[in-house]
Amino acid sequence: MTGELLTVEGLRAGYGRVPILAGVSFAMAEGEFLGILGHNGMGKTTLMRTVMGTIPATAGSIRFGGTDVTRLATHQRSRLGLGLVPQGREIFPTLSVEENLRMGLAAAKREDRSVIDGVLEDFPRLKRLLDRRGGALSGGEQQLLALARCLCARPKLILLDEPTEGIQPSIIEEMIETLQTLRRRWALSMIIVEQNLDFITQLSDRVLSIQKGRITGEVDRERLLSGDVAMTAA
Amino acid sequence: MDLAAILALNVVNGAASLFLLCLGLAIIFGMMRIINLAHGEFVMLGAYAAVISANAGVNIFVAMLVVAPLFVGLVGLVVERCLIRFLYGRLVDSMLATWGLSLLIVGLVTTIFGNTMQGVATPFGGFSIGAYRTSWYTLFLLAVALVMLVLIYAILRYTRFGLIARAVMQNPEMAAVLGVSPARIYMATFSLGAAVTGLAGGVLAPVSGITPVMGGAYVAKAFITVVGGGAAIISGTSSASALFGLVNQLGAYLTTPVYGEVVLFLAAIVLIRLLPQGISGRFFKGTI
Repeated sequence: MTGELLTVEGLRAGYGRVPILAGVSFAMAEGEFLGILGHNGMGKTTLMRTVMGTIPATAGSIRFGGTDVTRLATHQRSRLGLGLVPQGREIFPTLSVEENLRMGLAAAKREDRSVIDGVLEDFPRLKRLLDRRGGALSGGEQQLLALARCLCARPKLILLDEPTEGIQPSIIEEMIETLQTLRRRWALSMIIVEQNLDFITQLSDRVLSIQKGRITGEVDRERLLSGDVAMTAA
Repeated sequence: MDLAAILALNVVNGAASLFLLCLGLAIIFGMMRIINLAHGEFVMLGAYAAVISANAGVNIFVAMLVVAPLFVGLVGLVVERCLIRFLYGRLVDSMLATWGLSLLIVGLVTTIFGNTMQGVATPFGGFSIGAYRTSWYTLFLLAVALVMLVLIYAILRYTRFGLIARAVMQNPEMAAVLGVSPARIYMATFSLGAAVTGLAGGVLAPVSGITPVMGGAYVAKAFITVVGGGAAIISGTSSASALFGLVNQLGAYLTTPVYGEVVLFLAAIVLIRLLPQGISGRFFKGTI
């Protein structure tokens, strides 16, 4: 862990005139896996989308790797090394699996297929599906594809938004293993936003809880392991 | 037999012209949901660019196939930067703005070149099938249409730009998350559509009466073909062009060319009533 990778301060954002984030502040170190736990409607997805820039921040600041990215466009943040695996996966439905992965290289100067091959080593399940249309995959396969596509862009920080939502348990296990492998292999940092306690506990170094658009504190590891987390009162 | 051959040739010619006319529109409408009401004027600009450069001594094929698309592509680039880029996602506003643009272009061209008909000689000459005569140019138009079909398909299907353009078309936000600037892709796509439209104007120039208001004759037909074709740029536009070209030419043969147009529009209304998503919304799902 070598210094701060992402610092969010007093971040506010919302949809139209409906405020969702009411001043979120937190920081994370390079190499850290940070969990953010919260119920539906607490602002988890909005937080991820605001950090990525697909929703504009109305106040506050986001610093990423020493650069103030608060006013940068989404694609500029992406090129700086931010990656998002969005809720709902957002696979390009009529593109094949391979083309979806190639889109992960869209910002690179030239399309280096060896990057895709390298990423596929960790996603054996996708290798058999390369010619399939993205829209024809199961939810779990799409989730793996979304993660693999994000990795093709070689991000420094991955924002993983509710990866377990609607996914069969066997693939959730596979995802945990894959992420742990990736972490050992590459210098990855990650923010995992979840409601699934088991998933977030197994992967995160530290878990924050979010409520009504604010970070309400760190969740105690002992309580996480015992499953005794009253998220409303954390 | 001769009659059948000449009729078939007319049908093919009608379909090819229609395809050329609306391919650029299909690219712009299909990729960006911008209704470009200045489409007919882009055709007109392509025709003027070809005729004026040909009459100034440029080789007619260079004038039609290089000068016209380049010029209109540049016009498209300027128009996108100055006007269209503020209008993405605003369908009605984009119609109003591009309609205004079409009036502006007509006015400018009339001011510069006058309200008179321009023309250029049709290359190649003619040939006979039995008692009927037709021109080699008909076959040339068909060849250009086929080349454009293959070219645009290949660009969209096999190049990196094509992949990124298709992804942006499906989900611009996700493409941006992956580092693509949708604005740049829109700009490139709009110019490409304009250039293709300019090429259509160029190759149709020798067989049309070229006046500043000629675009009006094309815009409705082109739109109805694109809407009839549906979302898929190549399969939709080519199938709709073939269908409407057939209906138009058969109608014209059985009655008069005026009724041929009427039959085309009637067929389009019926088609869109039956297939609101267009032909490709039903039969070629997921194709380009």
